[in-house]
Amino acid sequence: MMTLSPQDIQAIVLSLKVATTATIISTPLGIGVAYLFAFGRLPGKSIIEGIINLPLVLPPVVVGYLLLLTFGRNGVLGHFLDVFHVRVIFTLTGAVIASAVVGFPLLVRSIRLGMEAIDPAFIKVSRTLGAGWWDSLLTIILPLSARAIFAGMTLMFARSLGEFGATVILAGNIPGVTQTIPLAIYEYTSTPGGDQMALTLCLVSILLSFTVLLVSEAATRTLRRR
Amino acid sequence: MQLDVKLKKMIGGFQLDVDFSLAGQRIGIFGPSGSGKSTLMNLLAGLTSADSGHIRLEDTILFDSSQKINLMPEKRRIGVVFQHAHLFPHMSVRNNVLYGWKRTRPENRRIDPELLFEVLGISPLLERGVISLSGGERQRVALARTMLTCPRLILMDEPLSGLDENLKFQIIPYLNRVFTEFQIPLLFISHSMLEMRLMTEEVLVVEKGSVKQKVATEELARSSWNYGRQGYVNLLKFGPSTPHHDLYMYQWGNTNLILTESGEKEENLYELDAREIILFKRHPEATSARNLLTCRVRQVYMSGNRARVELVCGENLLIAQIVPESVRELQIEQGSEIIAAIKASVFKKIF
Repeated sequence: MMTLSPQDIQAIVLSLKVATTATIISTPLGIGVAYLFAFGRLPGKSIIEGIINLPLVLPPVVVGYLLLLTFGRNGVLGHFLDVFHVRVIFTLTGAVIASAVVGFPLLVRSIRLGMEAIDPAFIKVSRTLGAGWWDSLLTIILPLSARAIFAGMTLMFARSLGEFGATVILAGNIPGVTQTIPLAIYEYTSTPGGDQMALTLCLVSILLSFTVLLVSEAATRTLRRR
Repeated sequence: MQLDVKLKKMIGGFQLDVDFSLAGQRIGIFGPSGSGKSTLMNLLAGLTSADSGHIRLEDTILFDSSQKINLMPEKRRIGVVFQHAHLFPHMSVRNNVLYGWKRTRPENRRIDPELLFEVLGISPLLERGVISLSGGERQRVALARTMLTCPRLILMDEPLSGLDENLKFQIIPYLNRVFTEFQIPLLFISHSMLEMRLMTEEVLVVEKGSVKQKVATEELARSSWNYGRQGYVNLLKFGPSTPHHDLYMYQWGNTNLILTESGEKEENLYELDAREIILFKRHPEATSARNLLTCRVRQVYMSGNRARVELVCGENLLIAQIVPESVRELQIEQGSEIIAAIKASVFKKIF
């Protein structure tokens, strides 16, 4: 019999909360960074690109540990945030930050590819038609890369749902506070007799991911039709 | 329009160095590909900035390196029609044409959109998506889009070269009508002498990044021997034709010409290769050529083994291209009378 305990439901809700928040917060930043990569001519571009892409190739645990050092009480940012009594370690904020950092390269990569595919002539034309830089960004670049932005958001959302390594180090595995689906599954599998519960959550995870894929596919099709 | 330009720009190993003043309504920038025409256009529109120099349009300084003035493209009020239409794919035709109009200050909106759509023949296309348009339609929509910003100057960068041969010249009457009707100065960039002659009055010849000469378009066509493989082409403008046995007769000034092709439109333009005109010293009583015109020689000029003879036929001007040997044998010189024979089938319809 497959039933979800209140703790499981909490984990599912937390997962969705973390993934949604991380994606929504990262998207404007991702668009900005992708724009710089696609159109900007900034010095040291490849180094900045390397740093942003690093979480893609580093073990998430390493990312988590680096974040822990940064946001820890003695870390650069942690010290600063402590002044405002903001705590990151072992909180939901920490889980969101871990997800955001790990998923960010996927988001940027997708948006960047979409922006690079835009014929620069469209932007030139819009400028000669009287559109300023912001106007051109909002009416030409963003609509033309809408599909790529959406695809990037989907990727990031899905990646956040599955985030484990960085989260467990930065935010810990506290039921009801930072325990997302993967962390809950991990806990079940390390508890004797938790196999059935782990399997149930696995199915929920599959269902969620599959839904994300379907929604993304449908939305992409609608955007293409326009 | 008064445009003063003095610019220097280095791109890779290519140096553009131009200094000219233009006044007039329809001016061409003519030169082979790679001569710097498009670079010049981008500089005028503000899409790239020059290393040094200035651009002044009427009394506005668009660019001046010494005063550190560089107006953004959207502030210059210079319209650009590119080689390809570049219609925004995510908008309908209507939203495309109104894109610039919405961004133009109400006091600058001199053109009535509906009237322009009528003149360009795009009213029926407005509700469609841009994907379904043909090449010629796209270019007309692009022109309307630029026109509606009521710019102080329109730059057209090879607007016809993206179109196939048949469509190319169908758009010319639209262009002529629009520029006459709405009185916007035009800077037309092309490497085609024929397009230049159809669209402009005066031409700036650009070669290897600098301006070689400024000359009236017809003058350039008559004096150039090397542009295009065709040699000189006479352009003849007729009204509608009337049937003449199984051929067609057109009135040409105070004479008539017989052609094999009919022309139903109000205005019909034909080209006649200067080499297709045969000259006779005396009237050949009978010939297969349907047109025999008595002309007077106005001028003869030569280049190598080719000679061009400028003929005055009634109130019209015609140029024939022959070889110097014929000039000597027929004793053709200024003022001599001569008969030009033209076959009915050698006229080629442009539109």
